[in-house]
Amino acid sequence: MRIPILKLYDCLLVSIQWELDDQTALQFQEDLLHKIHETSANGVVIDLTSIDFIDSFIAKVLGDVISMSKLMGAKVVITGIQPAVAITLIELGIGLEDVLTALDLEKGLEKLQQELGD
Amino acid sequence: MSIQSCVTIINEWDIVAARQLGRNVAKELGFGTVDQARITTAISELARNIYLYAGKGQICIDKLNDAGKAGLRIHAADNGPGINDIRQVMEDGFSTSGGLGAGLPGVKRLMDDFHIESETGSGTQIKATKWLR
Ligand SMILES: Nc1ncnc2c1ncn2[C@@H]1O[C@H](COP(=O)(O)OP(=O)(O)OP(=O)(O)O)[C@@H](O)[C@H]1O
Ligand SMILES: [Mg+2]
Repeated sequence: MRIPILKLYDCLLVSIQWELDDQTALQFQEDLLHKIHETSANGVVIDLTSIDFIDSFIAKVLGDVISMSKLMGAKVVITGIQPAVAITLIELGIGLEDVLTALDLEKGLEKLQQELGD
Repeated sequence: MSIQSCVTIINEWDIVAARQLGRNVAKELGFGTVDQARITTAISELARNIYLYAGKGQICIDKLNDAGKAGLRIHAADNGPGINDIRQVMEDGFSTSGGLGAGLPGVKRLMDDFHIESETGSGTQIKATKWLR
């Protein structure tokens, strides 16, 4: 199953709605980069509201796709990280320190507009 | 007293099956959402390590009941290459596969008890327990 990537003005919108297996995560990495290239989007919001756990593999895939997008010239904001996910990520030792985050999709889009406005 | 159910880990889909089993048992036992996430994450780490480094193995989930204390134990077992230097693999950031090296030290922090036994050439056994508070 592929994760849908929507285009909204000059941004891409991704809402991950089900548990990620390894293949889906890797496929998403590739799909997002192609979509950035195709659409010349300069911002991406990835919403994780429905995700109830993130392990080190998925954290790496996410971190990598953020760095890759940056290389291509697109900024990524992650939104909707649940309390349980934030706690387990820190306990795993994964802070995602340089990653832009926001509470929800709406705030994520606002943050992206600010970032792109600078 | 303990009741056990197991998932054989051979491919990536078995990793998904193992963590779903773990989450279901954690829910059944009455763990809250944060502990459910801790347990699911720990199982995912151990199952993926089996898949990546041993090729094949087993994840068993035990419901524990010790003198009125309830808990969930993850038992990961494989007959893979084993681990040479256990202290090294328990360090944050150590990885032989280009991973984050967060798995094993992470599991230790996510769970209450952690026990690892490994012999080069004959495999690895890891037991990690979360107690219900
Ligand atoms: N079951 C196992 N059999 C043999 N070696 C193992 C096993 N589990 C872990 N290892 C070794 O221990 C190292 C550390 O494992 P750990 O899970 O902490 O990190 P990783 O798998 O490399 O990366 P991450 O889990 O962050 O994606 C591995 O790189 C591997 O060399
Ligand atoms: Mg690992």
